[in-house]
Amino acid sequence: MYTVNTVSHSLVVISQTDPRPLYLQVKEQIRHRIAVGELKPGDEIPSIRQLAADIRVSVITIKRAYLELELEGVIHTRHGRGSQVADNLNLGSSLKEQELVQHLTAAANVAELLHLTEEQLIERLRQVRRGNGDAK
Amino acid sequence: MNAANPSHAFVVRGLTKSFRYFRLENLNLELPMGQIMGFVGPNGAGKSTTIRLLLGLSGAEAGEIELLGRRVPEQVAEAKRDVAYVTDDMRLYGNATLAWHMRFVASLFPGWDGTYAQELLKRFNLHAEQKLAGMSRGEHMKAVLLLALARRPRLLVLDEPTSGLDPVARHELLTELMEIVRDDSRSVLFSSHHTLDVERVSDVITFIDRGRLVDSRDKESFLERWRRLQIDVPAGVQLPKLPDVIEVSPAGRLATLTTSNYQPGLTAAIEDAGARIHEVQRMSLEEIFVASVMGSRKEGV
Repeated sequence: MYTVNTVSHSLVVISQTDPRPLYLQVKEQIRHRIAVGELKPGDEIPSIRQLAADIRVSVITIKRAYLELELEGVIHTRHGRGSQVADNLNLGSSLKEQELVQHLTAAANVAELLHLTEEQLIERLRQVRRGNGDAK
Repeated sequence: MNAANPSHAFVVRGLTKSFRYFRLENLNLELPMGQIMGFVGPNGAGKSTTIRLLLGLSGAEAGEIELLGRRVPEQVAEAKRDVAYVTDDMRLYGNATLAWHMRFVASLFPGWDGTYAQELLKRFNLHAEQKLAGMSRGEHMKAVLLLALARRPRLLVLDEPTSGLDPVARHELLTELMEIVRDDSRSVLFSSHHTLDVERVSDVITFIDRGRLVDSRDKESFLERWRRLQIDVPAGVQLPKLPDVIEVSPAGRLATLTTSNYQPGLTAAIEDAGARIHEVQRMSLEEIFVASVMGSRKEGV
């Protein structure tokens, strides 16, 4: 993707063709950076207004993303002192856990559209694990 | 009301003004400090009229206006020291250079930030020694914006700032708008047709049509409330009358329903009637705007 960004290493990159709402893009990119270990527990993240200005997205959108991340225990925001990644060591794995749930839910939804039974879906997952999931 | 440290950039109550073929009616509007309001409406909706009344450039028939904690029109002169106003038809002196204009504005407004003005010159790729008459439309708009931004106003009012700007210049403008609200005691009101720009940077969104306020609320709840539902309606099934449904079309086998207040009760009611919800889609601000205006026009007739 091509962006005209003056900040070379922006925490978040917004895509206008991504169908997800802006706050969700912000939230998931921050989560992802934590899940892959790029952001570590205790690391400072930009203040709401700073990130808003950096990526040119409204303050209220960033506020919503931060609020939800805080409710999920991913970050801590202290009034007037900015935000940090939460000090919970299991965080990385719990985020990956959440990511897995998301993918499984998506798979279950598609399976329903394809009228697959539970057994068929589970069998397909087994095939993927065995490495011959390419067969359509 | 606290003029030194107002909680709102402006508060408007019951604003009314009649013209021969147009009437702005009972408009209520407010913008908390530190926020950006996107003011959206079709041509002739009353956006510019509202802005002119807000800034005391024209007198209201009825209503109250408070601008940066000061009453308009009585104390408008004091308020306007901290307000900058930009329209796309603003005329500067064609025979004078941009540098001359910068000196002129600096002499009028003590808050002028010469360092920031020089930065903006570079960022907007403008030449201080160029005469305004020789500038393209986009350059002219950027020159006007520079003169407004470098005053470091507490409220920046922009009437259609992005019309006539190319995508790169629009991007630069949005960057500067976001720079303003890095400081939570500054605000921006901007009217635009360009809903993509509005959707991205606004904290509050206001829709106006035919002189009446259609809706005004924070952007996140705005986008959260609207949904379009694709529904399978089997033969013989009739969709019930549902609240907050703006439009159903067509009333056939596969119907599209637009709602301004999406919640679980709505999907339950549709499924209870024997129809099946095929898909729930989010809507862009532009789609919401069109649906909202069409809906309010239907009501109004």
